[in-house]
Amino acid sequence: MNLRRFFSRPAADAELAQELEAHLQHEVDHNIARGMSEEKARRQARLKLGSVRRVHETVWERNSLEWFETMLRDLRYAVRTLSRTPAFTVTAVLVMALGIGANVTLFTVVRSVLLKPLPFREPDRLIQLYEKSPDGRREYSYIAGGMYAAWKKAASSVEQMAIYGTDSINLSGSGGQLPEKLRYAKCSWDLLSMMGVVPEVGRLFVEADDRRAAPATVVLTHGLWMRRYAGDRGIVGKTILLDAKPYTVVGVLPAWFLYPDTQTQLWAPIYHEESSGMMEAVDNHNFFVIARLRRGATMAQALSQVDTAEKQVRAAHPTPSTASGASARTLLDGVVHDAKATLYTLMGATSCVLLIACLNVANLLVARSASRRKETSVRAALGGSRWRLLREQLTESAVLAGAGGALGMLFAWLGTRWLVEARPEMARANAIHMDGVVLLFGLGVVAGCGLLAGLIPSLSFLRGPLLEALQDSSRATSAGHGRVRLRRALLAAEVGLTVVLLTCAGLLLKSYNHLRSTDLGCATQNVLTMRFALPHARYDTAAKTAAFYEQLLPRLRALPGVKAAGVVTTLPGQGYGGDSRFTLPEHPDFAGGAVQDAIVRGADPGYFSALQIPLLSGRFFEDHERLTDARSVIVSKSFARQYFGDEDALGKHILIKDFDGVPPEGFEVVGVVGDTLWALTEQDTAMMYFPLYSGGWPNASIGVRSDGDVTSLALPIQKVLGELDPDLPVSDVLTMDQSIGRSTVDASFTSSMVMAFAVIALVLAAVGLYGVLSYIVTQRTSEIGIRIALGAQRGAVLRLILSDGLRPAWIGLLLGLVGSGFAVQLIRTMLYGTRALDWVLFAEVGMVLALVAGVACAIPAWRASRLDPMQALRTE
Amino acid sequence: MTEPKKAASGEMLQGTMDMLILRTLVMGRAHGHTIAHVIENTSEDVLQVEQGSLYPALHRLEDRGWVKSSWGVSENNRKAKFYELTTAGRKQLVAERERWQQVVVAIGRILGEAAE
Repeated sequence: MNLRRFFSRPAADAELAQELEAHLQHEVDHNIARGMSEEKARRQARLKLGSVRRVHETVWERNSLEWFETMLRDLRYAVRTLSRTPAFTVTAVLVMALGIGANVTLFTVVRSVLLKPLPFREPDRLIQLYEKSPDGRREYSYIAGGMYAAWKKAASSVEQMAIYGTDSINLSGSGGQLPEKLRYAKCSWDLLSMMGVVPEVGRLFVEADDRRAAPATVVLTHGLWMRRYAGDRGIVGKTILLDAKPYTVVGVLPAWFLYPDTQTQLWAPIYHEESSGMMEAVDNHNFFVIARLRRGATMAQALSQVDTAEKQVRAAHPTPSTASGASARTLLDGVVHDAKATLYTLMGATSCVLLIACLNVANLLVARSASRRKETSVRAALGGSRWRLLREQLTESAVLAGAGGALGMLFAWLGTRWLVEARPEMARANAIHMDGVVLLFGLGVVAGCGLLAGLIPSLSFLRGPLLEALQDSSRATSAGHGRVRLRRALLAAEVGLTVVLLTCAGLLLKSYNHLRSTDLGCATQNVLTMRFALPHARYDTAAKTAAFYEQLLPRLRALPGVKAAGVVTTLPGQGYGGDSRFTLPEHPDFAGGAVQDAIVRGADPGYFSALQIPLLSGRFFEDHERLTDARSVIVSKSFARQYFGDEDALGKHILIKDFDGVPPEGFEVVGVVGDTLWALTEQDTAMMYFPLYSGGWPNASIGVRSDGDVTSLALPIQKVLGELDPDLPVSDVLTMDQSIGRSTVDASFTSSMVMAFAVIALVLAAVGLYGVLSYIVTQRTSEIGIRIALGAQRGAVLRLILSDGLRPAWIGLLLGLVGSGFAVQLIRTMLYGTRALDWVLFAEVGMVLALVAGVACAIPAWRASRLDPMQALRTE
Repeated sequence: MTEPKKAASGEMLQGTMDMLILRTLVMGRAHGHTIAHVIENTSEDVLQVEQGSLYPALHRLEDRGWVKSSWGVSENNRKAKFYELTTAGRKQLVAERERWQQVVVAIGRILGEAAE
């Protein structure tokens, strides 16, 4: 038996007919030869041959595949039944397609981002090591150069250990191209080869490049090479200017290498780039460490070795900034940890939607099978097996799931592309694409949906007597109690899931709003920001740097449209920006005489008023506080409270050893200003501001405030900078709002996506409620008619039906609220400024749901109460 | 619902039809009508072939690769489907003949014993 013969049955049958005809002819010939009359000969021949039809049937049956044939028949039957109710079919297919599409999209992303191995050589042996932050708040924090050296000696379970850090650097204009500020990475020479990178052109670093005294070398990423140098292979060996210093290009990286992110465009050897002091310090945390485990070694072994080394170093250098422990995770986790929570949350949300979609379709199918109950019963009575009935039901749901799946895969394809475009900065976004496994997953989901949606309605005829329905009179007042119960259970489940989704979405949205409304502590409306860095090669003295700022600021303020302008090393919300150790001469024994840490900023005299950071006491800087005359410091409110307590901070001194040419008595506190946040979610606000004009601050952010549209000022400001230094690139030209938006895009994305899914779920649940109640009302039409005819008040009928429909909603709501209590624990890490068990929100969700459920049930209930009893009684 | 398979011929033992057809074809290619008559004549009309049942058997043999068929012109100048033995068919015939002889011997023994 094979398919080929199965499909060629009609042709084979025709041939058989010919063959039998030939046989007859021969027999007739034979009989005539024996002397029969032609008529008799023909009759005898037929008799002898027997039943021709029987022969046909036997051969036909032999060639058929029974299972295949029944399947085709079931399929045809299902398609015919479904096409008789196009509204139902279209709804069900769309609902399934939405659910399947959303799930497959998320799976594609989750698989590409979280599950697929990194594109490096033997990526499962690569791990990322971290220091715990000294205050213990961060498990995975930066590593100090000296600590890396100590780890490297101690960790015998790793084959190689490499270090890298990222920074920005100015690439000078050449060949008519503008100067650019680029993100670049500095790494120990063996990092790239450890990851299994083979250069596209030239070579990677060698040990000899990775020394302070070595000639400067750089490796270009493929992107920069193509963009800036048009893929010229001759670039290797040439010199480019970075921060106004010559670097020799030794190689180009392959296009697939996009580590640590897509923005990094250049690589340079770290021991050449960083001072030996930086690479030896054990408490100046700036870098990342990657290691390759020896074969057979585990991450736990490596971690315990570096952790021991860390503790030894800390015992030898007990400063508060020395971390007390190390931590480790796989390199993949290190790359994707930010995306993980978001993606798994979304995956959870889409799974809920899919489940609701399936339940809804199951619900609709239950209603259909209820209206066909008589038919199934008759068929069962006539000998149709239950299996056969079940198969029909499953075929129907399989057809729905199949159509939904096909459409859903299309949705998923579109959705994946949209997601990649919407979130290009997501870790490994470049690796996202659909593949065979995704397709398999899609098929699995489709099969699961088909089974779930098909089996639930089949439950009722898998158990219990089928013939009962036949005994129901056609005037039965309420048919199929079992089915109604089943549908109610389904509805309760749907409502419950919807409630879970709604609470999670609500919490995420609330945290997002909270985040957006967080007060940075400065003006954010109509403020334009941009950043630049003065290259040390050309600004090698404090005087030159100070002079640049002193020329820049008056010109900025003179631009038409500019209301106020200020320059600070890092604007609020733009990042940590560095800290410094200090002591307080007036409190020598503060915190046991230990050295303290606080965030530092360099600010020009007009910065605070430009950004509307309030002066709480004292004064701002003055223009004459420049170079060695810069002896004052301004502290933030939390700094004053934290280190001076109730005393007046003004007039006290802060001693800093890291700065060049510091006043021996320390900087005098001349003012206290309001707190600003360095990131929306970060609370350390103890800050010290030093005069920008001291000249020791090469990195700067401009903040310009205006009355109206601030973006039109971008070009004039860049022009001013260009006049002062034509080779100075600027970056991050953004309004303050955009700059904040960047840091909240994750929260915004997740919350709006989950909200969208929650709304879909709500609509599905409402449709479900409405559908079920409408169905019940139709079933009970005659009963209601009798009630009304016997004098029942319409209000009573309304209440009766309403309570009938709302019961599953109440149960679902209750279950959902309990479920939410657990679900919100899972998204706890994504919440900000919001309690996970936010009773107000829970109440709001409950109310929204009750309202929607009420409306969905009110319509059929109202319709029932308006029934004309005479007509109702006449309806069969 | 499948029907019980009908014996190849009411008069014949199950499975012997195949063997007889194969045996007939040893003498060369033939069409269905010839095969039926050869079987009847050779058995001196003891074995009556229900001619219709010959065809499902022929198709079955062809499916198993023991015979192959082609259209041709018969001795009466009529179009007919001719069957001929394949190598596998020859082997099958040898095997079936052996089996048959074993069965005959076995049955003969039983009947012989019963007769004593």
